[in-house]
Amino acid sequence: MSLDIWMRENPLSYIWIGSYAVAFLIFAIEIAMVMHKRKVTLQQVRLMREAEKSEEE
Amino acid sequence: MAINWFKYSAPTTFYGLAGKLIPWFAVSAAVLCAVGLYIGFVVAPADAQQGEFYRIIFIHVPSSILSMFLYLIMAAYAAMGLIFNTRLSSMMASAIAPTGALFAFISLWTGALWGKPMWGAWWVWDARLTSELILLFLYLGFISLHASIDDPRRADRAAALLAIVGSVNVPIIYFSVQWWNTLHQGSTIKFTGTSMHIAMQQAMFTMLVACWLYAITVTLMRVRSIILERERHTKWITELPEVQA
Repeated sequence: MSLDIWMRENPLSYIWIGSYAVAFLIFAIEIAMVMHKRKVTLQQVRLMREAEKSEEE
Repeated sequence: MAINWFKYSAPTTFYGLAGKLIPWFAVSAAVLCAVGLYIGFVVAPADAQQGEFYRIIFIHVPSSILSMFLYLIMAAYAAMGLIFNTRLSSMMASAIAPTGALFAFISLWTGALWGKPMWGAWWVWDARLTSELILLFLYLGFISLHASIDDPRRADRAAALLAIVGSVNVPIIYFSVQWWNTLHQGSTIKFTGTSMHIAMQQAMFTMLVACWLYAITVTLMRVRSIILERERHTKWITELPEVQA
């Protein structure tokens, strides 16, 4: 009930906090996860390359 | 001079091209998002019936459109991978799925936030809402099925079948407001015209393009990681400057 009153008194805050902030947070988390995945994958590839090199030596 | 576009269907050439395109798409998405929000919140007037609450559409409508289109693109890539056995197509399908799922979630979430002040309920088992929820489950099913099979090529084929079969849900979402009596409103913008204020249209289309550019950016970033992971045994990957660094 109190949320109903608050949202009608502060519609812009309700919209920003409820939908836009959540959407942008999701986008930020997705970008961070994609960047982290690339970092980890690059590390794995480098380790594999180094292991192959040391085997050859 | 004719450009051989088929050469970009090979992971070796696409990897470099995607790396060059990402900054352009990312910056364009950020700029257009800022412009769209400015028009949507500063220039566009309040709605006569819905007041300020209608401003949720500037994120809700682009998210809903993206969730449907990304599914069709994902299914098309998955089908190409299945039929022509092209490696990059299956990689693209896997890269699109998480972004599509996020857009489906944002669509449902923002829809609920709009529904509460307008309908008095966060959720109703309306045809449009239910079919969009099924779309989210289809995305999650695709991701889960792909992750549950160890061999990537077999995972591609199994998930592709699910993506192709699931694509029947997209026209159901789109036409649900015409086929059934739904609480969800029909399309405001039609080929015959619209009753929307020009600033509202501008804000919505700008945000739609921004969301498209964001989706392309994240998909390209993700597909580069997938290419690195799957092609890690090949010589060209070991010769990449970022691998040698």
